[in-house]
Amino acid sequence: MSKVKREKNTETIAVSRNIATRLYWAFKKNWQLYLMAAPAMLFLFLFSYLPLGGLVIAFKKYEFKKGIWGSSFLDPWYKNFEILFKNNDAAVSAIRNTIFLNFLFIVFGTIFAIALALSFNEIANKHLKKLTQSLSFLPYFISTVVVGIFVTGLLGFDNGVINRLITSFGGEKVAFYMNASYWPLILLIVNIWKGAGYSAVVYLATISGFDEAYYEAARIDGATRWQQIRYISLPLLKPTIIVLTLLSVGKIMNADFGLFYNVTGDMPTLYATTDVLDTYIFRALRQTGDIGVSSATGFFQSVIGFVMVVGSNWVARRYEKDSALF
Amino acid sequence: MKEKMTVGRFFVYLFVIVFSLACLYPFLMVIGGSLMTNSEATTEGFKIFPKEITFASYKMLLANGKLILNGYKITVFVTVVGTFCSIIVNGMMGYVLSRKKMAGRKVMNIYVLITMLFNGGMVPWYMICTQYLHLKNTIWALILPMVVNAWYIFLIRNYFSGIPEELWESAKLDGASEFKIFYKIYLILAKPVIATIVLFAALGYWNDWWLGLMLMEDTSRQPLQMLLRTMMSNIQFLQTMSQQSSEVQAMLASVPGDGVKMAMVIITTGPIILLYPFLQKYFMKGIMVGAVKG
Repeated sequence: MSKVKREKNTETIAVSRNIATRLYWAFKKNWQLYLMAAPAMLFLFLFSYLPLGGLVIAFKKYEFKKGIWGSSFLDPWYKNFEILFKNNDAAVSAIRNTIFLNFLFIVFGTIFAIALALSFNEIANKHLKKLTQSLSFLPYFISTVVVGIFVTGLLGFDNGVINRLITSFGGEKVAFYMNASYWPLILLIVNIWKGAGYSAVVYLATISGFDEAYYEAARIDGATRWQQIRYISLPLLKPTIIVLTLLSVGKIMNADFGLFYNVTGDMPTLYATTDVLDTYIFRALRQTGDIGVSSATGFFQSVIGFVMVVGSNWVARRYEKDSALF
Repeated sequence: MKEKMTVGRFFVYLFVIVFSLACLYPFLMVIGGSLMTNSEATTEGFKIFPKEITFASYKMLLANGKLILNGYKITVFVTVVGTFCSIIVNGMMGYVLSRKKMAGRKVMNIYVLITMLFNGGMVPWYMICTQYLHLKNTIWALILPMVVNAWYIFLIRNYFSGIPEELWESAKLDGASEFKIFYKIYLILAKPVIATIVLFAALGYWNDWWLGLMLMEDTSRQPLQMLLRTMMSNIQFLQTMSQQSSEVQAMLASVPGDGVKMAMVIITTGPIILLYPFLQKYFMKGIMVGAVKG
């Protein structure tokens, strides 16, 4: 009873002080901390919040001189979107490719990374385990530009390693860079190659946290290693798998620009299957200079991305409270 | 306990070994390719062990030494300054967010978190950088947009939160300012996480080509990765055309071949690969620290 009363009391005191005095005291007490936070807050404002506000350009007729906020609104305001969605096969194909390829990456990337992590865990020889882990982590350290050069070295028409291999078995050379249909698979392999070592470390960190007692008990009951994986490791990994997958689903509209721009070499011959939203927007912005289409596509991407992030977090939160981002 | 080698175990070993060799192979291919003679590369393709070793590709790059040296200077400058700024700015923010009694902590947390979840995308970002901040063609364009990173901030905050409050209190009693407590005590105690972030930030700056592509049109001030990209796209363009016209074929013969491209890869990526064995354990630690929870 008295506790409630006291709380009420402090509440009234807090309310009776007006906001200005509260701010004054907060600043007087914490000004050093606020000063230390200022640079990061400023950078975030400039490079994250201003662009968020700048999304409004999708509804405007952009004029360089007037800038984002000075330019006048279009009439009708959705004109850019009309252009974007009416008879614009390239945009529709970019949307489709983004979702389809990211979906492929999520499904197969996850399966591969888990298999790799579980396999690392089975290696008894410490040195071999460390060496193979280090090697599989290596591709994470190089830029996509370098990955692009690796891929040309492998898939080049004249002296690519793969074509050499094909011809040495008496086959016909394959013009990989002229044929778009190979590329979803190629990009999937490249994506796994580059990221699996990294993801496997994440899963391995989770696995190493599991209680050894479960495995001990299973061994006493005569469970094989495979049964231990199937009935202990995988079920225990499930929350991590679900959360990481949900977080990547939240980013399904955002393509890894480096992968699609550098590894494909930005080849127009491959756009049919490899042109994603980010590369499409980039070209519209920087090469064709079509601000209307690029900003409308970007707006579309951001809004769907927003919905996906909020949605997947909502699901993650319901599934396991601690694991959601917010 | 000694484990028996079963069929299943054999396949597990095979899978891991094959995958790790697949990860290593392109690196060896590029080293081999950079040391090959042009004629061997065109007649027999790239090999890990060329029959005849030549440094011609590297010599050819040295002929363009000024451009590459310049690229190196820019990349090193951007990496050093960018990483330094990144540690100070994100570190301070992480420190502030770890001060539990500060008024406004919750709001600031959300302010940072939002940037992790939502972004305005490329178009407004580009307009802001070029038109409002006038970053285009300045060296700062390659540094400033990547300084602050919400993930680093939270990583540091989480680590700082685990440092006992008593340390802060006793320093405060001795009359130390917040900034002094931050860099004299917290930054020193948080060495593992700071080391990890130094590595991630440095790697990010070293490997960056995106900022160069978007905001640096001045070719004499491109960072290394962008030089490499320009080189690649020039050669690749000619190569895909090579099936069609003999004219292009002739042009291709005169441009620096694949060997030069691969030598350039070695030059730009070499430092990372050389440092990798010494640094990788910090990366692994860092991933484990900040893996699931941002």
